Amino acid sequence: MTVQLIAMQLFSGLALGAVLIMVALGLSIIFGMLGIVNFAHGALFMVGAYAGLYVAGLTGSFWWALLIAPVMIGLFGMLIERFLIRPLYGRSPDDPLLLTFGLGYVLVEAVRILFGTDGIPFSTPAALRGMVNLGIGFFPLYRLFVIGVVVAVLLLLWIGLEKTKFGLIVRAGSADPLIMRVLGVDISRLWLVVFGIGVGITALGGVLAAPMRNVSPEMGTLVLAEAFVVTVIGGMGSLPGAVIAGLIVGVSVSMTSLFAPEMATIVMFALMAFILLVRPNGLYGRAASGL
Amino acid sequence: MSFIRNAELVPAPARRSLATLFSNVSRWRVPLSILALCIMPWVLPSQALAVNVLIYGLVAVGYNLLFGYTGLLSFGHAAFFGAGAYATGIAIGAFGVHWFIAMLIGVLVSGLLATVMGMLAIRTRGIYFSMVTLALAQLVYYAALQASSWTGGENGLRGFTVSTLHLPGFSVNFLDPLVKYYAIMIVVAAALWFVSRVLNSPFGAVIEAIRENETRARACGYDVERTKLLSFILSGILCGLAGTLSAMHLSIVPLDSLHYHTSGLIVMMTLLGGAGSFFGPFIGALAFLSMEDIFSLWTSNWQLIVGVIFILFVLYLPKGIWGTLISWGKSR
Repeated sequence: MTVQLIAMQLFSGLALGAVLIMVALGLSIIFGMLGIVNFAHGALFMVGAYAGLYVAGLTGSFWWALLIAPVMIGLFGMLIERFLIRPLYGRSPDDPLLLTFGLGYVLVEAVRILFGTDGIPFSTPAALRGMVNLGIGFFPLYRLFVIGVVVAVLLLLWIGLEKTKFGLIVRAGSADPLIMRVLGVDISRLWLVVFGIGVGITALGGVLAAPMRNVSPEMGTLVLAEAFVVTVIGGMGSLPGAVIAGLIVGVSVSMTSLFAPEMATIVMFALMAFILLVRPNGLYGRAASGL
Repeated sequence: MSFIRNAELVPAPARRSLATLFSNVSRWRVPLSILALCIMPWVLPSQALAVNVLIYGLVAVGYNLLFGYTGLLSFGHAAFFGAGAYATGIAIGAFGVHWFIAMLIGVLVSGLLATVMGMLAIRTRGIYFSMVTLALAQLVYYAALQASSWTGGENGLRGFTVSTLHLPGFSVNFLDPLVKYYAIMIVVAAALWFVSRVLNSPFGAVIEAIRENETRARACGYDVERTKLLSFILSGILCGLAGTLSAMHLSIVPLDSLHYHTSGLIVMMTLLGGAGSFFGPFIGALAFLSMEDIFSLWTSNWQLIVGVIFILFVLYLPKGIWGTLISWGKSR
């Protein structure tokens, strides 16, 4: 029984980690490319969940929400980059951070005005309700679906970055933006697209997470802290780091909630503190430059 | 363009007098701030607002030491504010300690917390620093939420009230709002004098050197890590002191005082007023809390307006109200 219980909890941890990976990936992609930390990331996750709720209410279908909401919020992210963050390039790296923090504040309040301050339940789509027998026990189908979607997104992202010309330009741009500009690449358009993709991935994470937790204006705060923990553990700007750290954090949280539930909210931060002592740059981090 | 034309319009003596005015203001900054604090309860619409400006002004001053002068952007200072408040409240409520000892305990606890958090956070650089301080502060928040037998959990800490301040020889009625204001003001004034001394000391020069160019400060032979840590601890202690004052003022410590939201509030106040200037943080606290007071009269979503104003400041006036005034005065 205990082995089964641990195995089940391991799977829950993977599902939890999968959502964390989405948020941390978005954060890491934006940081790796633009060199800024998006403090509005948690708020955009929350906005993504609300956009999913809205689209699902409009079309009556979860699938449309899963498809349309991330694109909507991704485009919104591009507007943010174009009009709010672009004027700050060349200034202190603290400035975009402060600006996105203020933006997060505004987004939370705007959602409160539009959708109310109370949490809204987001029902699991009918096709994904129920349990699946994994051989060791019954596991919620929806969580398996979440893991599947995240794996698919990771694959797409990997193909996009490693196998396409666009991915080549993105990787080169994050290595040396100045040379890319010399070579005639419109780097500001690239940054616009990358910011949009980063925000879109986070919004997708928000839609995926919505049926697992209540949708509320405050849901982004915890997610932001969690995403920071994952990126600090994994190493800032590293995509494999974000994936590995997301899984580690997800599994350790769900394991702790099995053995010592009162420690579950604390364990990930303790983990981060430990990693900082041992490897200040994170598991996959490059040595910190003057950033 | 318009600035240059203005400068030509102002005759030379006037320009000089403006410069001397600013240097005089800087020289007499502690007496001037105390004077301003003395008249504040008579000028502001409510005494509740005045006490809040006092307490949050001190938080912002403490935070400014780290952000404005050392150049480290922390997003976790609510931890020190809250730790100071909780420690004082628990010392009075659970152990019946004298209020003065309780304040010392509050300051000590926040100082210890700042030492631990600082030692971890200083290991990282730049943008990492903001993320790590935020995450560690969340750790403190959840720890307080879980330890509800000590902290009261979500309901906040209650059950301690300081009604009279017993001092050697006499006692003060702490329930009278005006007496309370001036009692708190004496502590804040002492803290301001302390901060002014710190800024004038060689240490003050070194932290500014680190903000301007960390590599060069290290090359000059300064122990950058230790200086940063000391600045972090001093800043945490000042926020903790403000926390103890807030606990004694409200007779309750809300759990929210440890929340990310409070950390953000501190950052916003400091930036609005002007990071890296002596008067900036207090002006920022005054501006922020007045906006809250005014806007919350006609909309419950005042945070939206304040957030938009903050964004506009980051975009167009990153030096804040006072910083912009100073540079405007200097350019004339």
